[in-house]
Amino acid sequence: MEGKTIVCRCEDITLEEIEELIDLGYDDLEEIKRLTRCSMGPCQGRTCRNLLAQVVASKTGKSIDELHIPTYRPPAKNIKMTALAGGDEDEE
Amino acid sequence: MKNSAEIVIIGGGISGLATAYNLAARGMKDIIVVERGYIASGSTGRCGAGIRQQWGTEMNCRLSKASCEILENLEEILDYKRSIEFKQGGYLLFATTEKEVEQFKKNVALQNSLGINSKILSIEEALEIVPDMNTEGVMSFAFHQKDGHANPFQTTFAYAEAAKRLGVEIYTYTTVRGIEVKNDRIESVITDKGEIKTHRVLNAAGGFAKDIGRMVGVELPLKPERHEILVTEPVETILGPMLMSFSWNFYIQQEPNGTFIMGYGEQDNPESQGVNSSWHFAQEMARKAIRIYPPLSKVRVVRQWAGLYTMTPDSQPIYGSVPGLDGFYIAAGFSGHGFMFGPITGVLMAEYILGEEPEIPIDMLDAGRFERGELIYEPSVV
Repeated sequence: MEGKTIVCRCEDITLEEIEELIDLGYDDLEEIKRLTRCSMGPCQGRTCRNLLAQVVASKTGKSIDELHIPTYRPPAKNIKMTALAGGDEDEE
Repeated sequence: MKNSAEIVIIGGGISGLATAYNLAARGMKDIIVVERGYIASGSTGRCGAGIRQQWGTEMNCRLSKASCEILENLEEILDYKRSIEFKQGGYLLFATTEKEVEQFKKNVALQNSLGINSKILSIEEALEIVPDMNTEGVMSFAFHQKDGHANPFQTTFAYAEAAKRLGVEIYTYTTVRGIEVKNDRIESVITDKGEIKTHRVLNAAGGFAKDIGRMVGVELPLKPERHEILVTEPVETILGPMLMSFSWNFYIQQEPNGTFIMGYGEQDNPESQGVNSSWHFAQEMARKAIRIYPPLSKVRVVRQWAGLYTMTPDSQPIYGSVPGLDGFYIAAGFSGHGFMFGPITGVLMAEYILGEEPEIPIDMLDAGRFERGELIYEPSVV
């Protein structure tokens, strides 16, 4: 494929960057996530976590089951500080 | 997996990996690092990413200054191609009681005498640095420009990559099950992946260092505590320094990528190795953050998590070995500042293990100080 393929839209991480890390010897999803910030942006990996897992699996020859899949952390959805603090999220 | 080593380092966080690198750089061969999760999966990768030199004891000032000077040049030292996201936006400490005002004056005098150019700021002077903060109830501030931030993952991976290039073997997802001792000498480390013969072990296991000590019959006065943190979406850069208060119990910093990271410590935390998140923390943290720094009210929280502080009775680390047990070394009990001390921990522990004179004398930080009653209390810990 020509040009750049975006894997993580929040953090603007390309397939090429991930493949480069795997070529350097990184084969662990948790470590690749933290080195690239792939799936650490506002969507929290809801799109890219599975894409990232597929890339790592296919390039390292491991099965998805063998990979350590990062957990989702709370909150389930981004939330404004003011809403968390007990105010109204839509209050302006 | 290799079945023998010159030293087995238990813990793939900043302390373990910085020591591994420094030992290898000084010529030691056959170094193995054993990590139960992935690199920086414990306290290092869960920390608040702050780097500060404003401490209340001479020892902590000297350790943190030396550590910060290494961080300033770390990418070159380790030939790291990525960025460790080092930022020196300063730490702005809030004094909210007369007692704290006096403590900060003492701390600043001590820091200045050791070459740390911190200073006391008035409300007006502090508002010039952070115009949008709420200073209600604040009496004065302490500020040091060279304090700041580094990315714990990038920093630890920088050490891991440099260590590997020098031949260090790192076994992740490998758990230590036991340590064999014969005639008061370390004989081997038993992991869930196999046994490694060695006469030297470094216990750099963070929140699990107490468990590792017990494997060789050493009871370390360590108390792991769960501390929580949250991070926001990235927004434009509006906040230079870390905002921090011991009396109001919070820290808030904007990271170089634009996200805000913040946390506080619960009072009277129970001993725990759990790292679950709580709703209570998110709510209370949001309230504190909005009150102190109102521009945060519209910023969205993206993620929260927890990690372990491993407290000692005097909030200072334990460095050294144990009398009567040959080859067992300790770098643990960092009491919430293991990441920022990591670079100097690596140097000092490598020198100590190799029998050299450490560049900062660490005798007084040995595990025996608690029995001797020679504690050196750090007054300034969140």
